[in-house]
Amino acid sequence: MPDDAVSGQPRELLVALLTTMTRIMVADQRIRDGIARGELLASYWPCAGQEAVAAGVGAALAPTDWMVTTYRGLHDQLAKGVPLEPILAEMAGRATGCCGGKGGTMHVTDPEHGLMLSTGIVGAGIPVAVGLALAARTRGEDRVVTVSFGDGAVNTGAFHEGVNLAAVWELPVVLVCQNNGYGEMTPIEHVQRVTRVSDRVAGYGIPGVTVDGNDPLAVHAAAAEAVARARAGGGPTLVECVTYRLWGHYFGDPMAYIPPEQLEAARANHPVTSFRARLVAAGVLDEAAADAVDAEAAAEVEGAWRGAMEAAAASPGSALTDVYAGA
Amino acid sequence: MADETELTMRSAVNLALAEALAADDAVILLGEDVADPAGGIVGATRGLSTRFGADRVRDTPISETAIAGAAIGAALGGLRPVAEIMIMDFIGICLDQIANHAAKLRYMSGGRTPVPITIRTAVFAGTGGGATHSQSLEAWLTHVPGLKVVVPSTPRDAKGLLTSCIFDDDPCVFVESVRLFGAKGPVPADAFSIPIGSAEVKRPGSDVTVVAHGPAVPDALAAAEQLAGEGVSAEVVDLRSLVPLDLETVLASAARTRRMVIAHAATTFAGPGAELAATVSHELFGQLAAPVERVGAPFVPIPASPALERSVLPGPGEIVAAVRRVTGW
Repeated sequence: MPDDAVSGQPRELLVALLTTMTRIMVADQRIRDGIARGELLASYWPCAGQEAVAAGVGAALAPTDWMVTTYRGLHDQLAKGVPLEPILAEMAGRATGCCGGKGGTMHVTDPEHGLMLSTGIVGAGIPVAVGLALAARTRGEDRVVTVSFGDGAVNTGAFHEGVNLAAVWELPVVLVCQNNGYGEMTPIEHVQRVTRVSDRVAGYGIPGVTVDGNDPLAVHAAAAEAVARARAGGGPTLVECVTYRLWGHYFGDPMAYIPPEQLEAARANHPVTSFRARLVAAGVLDEAAADAVDAEAAAEVEGAWRGAMEAAAASPGSALTDVYAGA
Repeated sequence: MADETELTMRSAVNLALAEALAADDAVILLGEDVADPAGGIVGATRGLSTRFGADRVRDTPISETAIAGAAIGAALGGLRPVAEIMIMDFIGICLDQIANHAAKLRYMSGGRTPVPITIRTAVFAGTGGGATHSQSLEAWLTHVPGLKVVVPSTPRDAKGLLTSCIFDDDPCVFVESVRLFGAKGPVPADAFSIPIGSAEVKRPGSDVTVVAHGPAVPDALAAAEQLAGEGVSAEVVDLRSLVPLDLETVLASAARTRRMVIAHAATTFAGPGAELAATVSHELFGQLAAPVERVGAPFVPIPASPALERSVLPGPGEIVAAVRRVTGW
C-alpha cells in the first residue's frame, strides 16, 4: 500500500526529519552508555522515544525562532540546531560547555541558536515563553516561540496561567505537549480526567490538536500549521504529541511502575526505526542511503563525545562569577 | 543643587516609571490593574497607559506566576520589564519564577541570558489587612543569590533607586511601603538616579548607630529626635538596598559610635537584621561597647485588629528602648 503521507512530502524534508531523529537517537544512546560505563558522571533524563516530536517541531521553525524546553531537552535542543559537542560538554561539567558547566544536563541554554531556556522546574517554562513572545512582538520581530513540556506540566498553575496569558494577548506561542504517558512515575490517567491534553485548552479559547507523536510527519504538519498561525498573528496553539518514554523518568529509573508488555511494545515500535523503514519502503531512500544517515550520525556523535570528554573541566574559580552583571 | 519639587512617594514612583518609559522603548509595565483608569491599586501607575499605550502598560489577569514569568521571558527577549506584584504577600505565588528563574538564569547560562527585570511590590503593613496582606518578606529574597533587593524610604530615594533598578542588568525587587506612599519629600526636578548598594546617613550622630530600611527609617529618625532631647546623639543609616549591602557605610558608622541598633518592620527572627548583626559583631568584635540590638516584629503573623497590629509592628518607641539598652552599657 503506498504511504501517501510520505509521498506527498518533499524528499528534502523527509531526509532532514530522519537525519535529525537519528542524531537524537544516537546521541541519547551514547549518553546513556557513557553514564552506564562510568565515562560520564551526570544525572540524565533520556528522550528516547520522543525523537519524532522534536524533529517534527524543529523542522517547522526558522533559525531565528525561539525555543523553551525542559530538563528532558536533548532532542529539542538538537532539533533547534544547537551543536551537540557543547551540550555534551555542559553535561560533563567542562569549561567548553555551552553554559560553562554551570547549567548541567537540566539547564542547557544557547541563545545564539534560539534555545532561550531549558528549565528543571515542571511547567515553569510556559510563562517565560509567553514573555519571549511578548518581547518579539513588542520589538516588531518576526519570531515564533515554542515551549515544550510533558503531560505532567499541564497540572501546574504555571501552565494554566501561561496559556491564558498567551491566549488573551494573542501571542505567537506554540505549546508543544510531549505526552509520553507518565509524569515522573505516575501514569497520566491517574492525574487527569480527560483523555486528551488538548481538550484542556478549549477553556482558554485557543485551538488544541492531538497528533501521533511517534510520526514526525504528523507532528510536522500540526506544528507547521500552529507556527504559521502564530506568525500571522493568530495567537497560540497547543499541539499535543502522544508519544512514549522508553527509558523512564531518569536514566537508572527501575521503571517498576511501567507494565513490561507496554514497554516492550513501545520499544519494538521505535519511532526512528519505524520512520526509517517507511522511507525505505516508499523508495525515498535505499538501504545504503539510510545506512549512510546512521553512519553519519554515529560519526558525528562519537566526534562530539570525544571533543567534549577531552575538554578541560570548568575551573573552580568560575563558580563565583556570573551571579550579577560584571561580576 | 538643582530645583526640587515636593512629591509623595507615589508620585515619585510614577515619575520614575514615566521617565523610563519615555527614555527607552524596551521598558514595559505589566501587572494587575496597572492600566488606566485604575492606574494601580495604590495609584503608582496612574496615567501611564493613557500616555504610553496599552501595549507598554499592560493589565494582566490575576496570575502572579504568569506576570513574573512573562517579565522574565520578555527580559530574555530584549525588553526591560517592570512587573507589579500588587502586595508583597503574593510574592510566594511567583517565588519559583523569581528565585529559580529570574535569579539564576544569568548564572546557569554562564552569563548568556541576563534577566533585567524589576519587580515592584508593596508592603501593606499598617493597614489592618491581616496576616496575608501585611508581611515584610524582604528576607526571603535576600537569601537568593542573583537578586537585588531595594527598599526606599523617601520619595527622592524611590525615584532615584527605581530608575537604577529599571536600567540595571540584574533582576531587582523594589519593595515599596504603603505606609510611606503619601508622605511628601523633596525630589530633584531633573532626571537622576541613585546607585543601588549605597546606604545613606539620613541623620548624623555620635553615640549610637541606628540602621534601618523602608518604613523603619522615619521611625528611627523620630526616635533620634526624641533621644536628642535626652542628650543621646543617634546616627541614622538608611540601607536603601539589602542586596547589595553597603557594609562599608554601616561599619564606618558603627566603628565610630561603637553602638548599633538595627530596626525593620520584618520579623526579627531570621530577619534582614540578623545578617547585619552577625557581620557587624564579627567585624567590630572588641570595638563595640555593647551587643548589637535588633528591633523588629515578634515571631507571629500580623494580626488584623488595629490595636493588635500596632502592638506587633515596631515603631519609634521600640527603637528608643533599644538605644537605651545599648547606651546603658
